[in-house]
Amino acid sequence: MSVVPAEVLPGSALAVDEQPAREAAELGPRARLWPSLVAVYRAQLSRARVARIPLLFVATFQSVGILIMMRGVVDGGREAEAVVAGSAVLVVAFVALNLLAQYFGQLRASGGLDHYATLPVPPAAVVLGAAGAYASFTVPGTLVTAVFGCVLFGLPLTHLWVLAAVIPLAGAALSGLGAAFGLLAPRPELATVLGQLGMSAALLLGVLPPDRMPEPVRLARDLLPSTYGVEAFARTFRASPDWAYVLGDLAVCAGVGVVSLAVATWAYRRAAVR
Amino acid sequence: MCAVRGLTKTYPAVRGRRGIPATPEVRATDDVRLDVRRGEIFGLLGPNGAGKTSLVRQVTGLMRPDVGSVEILGHDIVRHPERAARILAYLGQESTALDELTVSLAAETTGRLRGLDVRQARHERDAVLDELGLTPIAGRPLRKLSGGQRRLACFATALVGERPLLVLDEPTTGMDPVARRAVWSAVDRRRAERGTTVLLVTHNVIEAETVLDRVAVLDKGRVIACDTPAGLKEQVAGEVRVELVWRERAPLDVPEVAALRERAVESGRRWTLRLAPDEARAVVATVTGGAAFAALDDFTLATPSLEDVYLALGGAARQGLVRV
Repeated sequence: MSVVPAEVLPGSALAVDEQPAREAAELGPRARLWPSLVAVYRAQLSRARVARIPLLFVATFQSVGILIMMRGVVDGGREAEAVVAGSAVLVVAFVALNLLAQYFGQLRASGGLDHYATLPVPPAAVVLGAAGAYASFTVPGTLVTAVFGCVLFGLPLTHLWVLAAVIPLAGAALSGLGAAFGLLAPRPELATVLGQLGMSAALLLGVLPPDRMPEPVRLARDLLPSTYGVEAFARTFRASPDWAYVLGDLAVCAGVGVVSLAVATWAYRRAAVR
Repeated sequence: MCAVRGLTKTYPAVRGRRGIPATPEVRATDDVRLDVRRGEIFGLLGPNGAGKTSLVRQVTGLMRPDVGSVEILGHDIVRHPERAARILAYLGQESTALDELTVSLAAETTGRLRGLDVRQARHERDAVLDELGLTPIAGRPLRKLSGGQRRLACFATALVGERPLLVLDEPTTGMDPVARRAVWSAVDRRRAERGTTVLLVTHNVIEAETVLDRVAVLDKGRVIACDTPAGLKEQVAGEVRVELVWRERAPLDVPEVAALRERAVESGRRWTLRLAPDEARAVVATVTGGAAFAALDDFTLATPSLEDVYLALGGAARQGLVRV
């Protein structure tokens, strides 16, 4: 069907072996970090509109359900604060950790990473763009859960604005872990299991009030990054919150976020070229 | 333009586990040497598992070869795999990264990730979607499209953000004739205007014969022949393919038919024979007259195709290549 013989094309070389000594051709442009991050973020956000809305409902109903269930067990005070904060952060864990681990696991297993790997895009842009989009999906669910919990347990709504820091920082920590799980797991089923386990841990260790836990469980709770998001949020329900502790907890989230996203970026590089 | 030398890649043996049988070590590509010239459509032809995709994955920097070199436009791709993305556009077999995006957003995002700014990316997106006739379905997610339309949309993403080399892995799978024509005229336009080179993986013999300038035939990871389609066919010019389809079974009581049996490749009621022209004439005379004719359902006589070349060269897949 081709009508153009190769020989008449502009600048075509007729020799079979081109001399390797020839000067190398100019390379196409590299995609810069921020524009490509924004492009990935936008694309991922639109994926959510198409495919993730039902899952966001599940995430929110799950947390609201837990709140209603715990209403019968917990009367108020410190324990109620822990339950409300834990349920709200659980939405972040469900989406950013569990769903992102599954997404990257499947993308890697099906060869979908080839698409990104053959584009001149920095690995960090792909990982951060996807992680940022998944963290953004959690915003409505987390807000709904937090407001519902405050009303149900009679907690003040005054400092709910702190979620503006808790969601992105806990989101960074958890989505970094999720991305790393998805990209490092040798098989997609394993990525799903890791994501589910991470979310179950966030559920059990985050929602239940810590005072009644045995010592080893409390240690495990301290190792889980979502705990610090929960603590930071829970502290703001007090009459006069200790902002230094809140900042400290958020700093831990940020630190874990930086490390886990760096690991995820490394894992992406490793997964892209085999 | 693209020089491949001594490219070898071996997949390690996998130990068997419960339910999964062990697989031995596999040579995916075995000392492959190729030269693709600027502005040509160069094809890699071979049956499933011949190593075509493994070879292009090494050319595109997605896979590191064990030994050998790949040089594209003067750049060493084995040492700098990240440069491949700035020289070539790759259309793989999978679309999972794009499946949940709309056609329009998939094209625009890919353009942006290929280094275009927003304005350029949108401009090229519109031009390419228009060129391929995808504008009416631009707002639909890829997942909701038919296989051929999805493939065409993925091909569109490969064209946004110009590259001197297009590496296309079975680009027209599942496409209807209109879409196929859109693909090949888009390729031809880029060839004529910019001297774009195409490295094409295919197992579709008819497509290979019509669109390729030159073709390398792969078998078990080795290049067993490399020439123009016409040049390759000359190698088996002395042969004619005779296909006989029997009504129920071959009339083996006819001695001439019984004698043919050992030279035929049988597949159900169909016999395929590769014969010299006068032998073929004699066979046709035998089966179209006398007792054999009563048992004959259909017969065809054809000049050699690339499939015959492949079999004559000793290709391992006895069933031949896929003909679509």
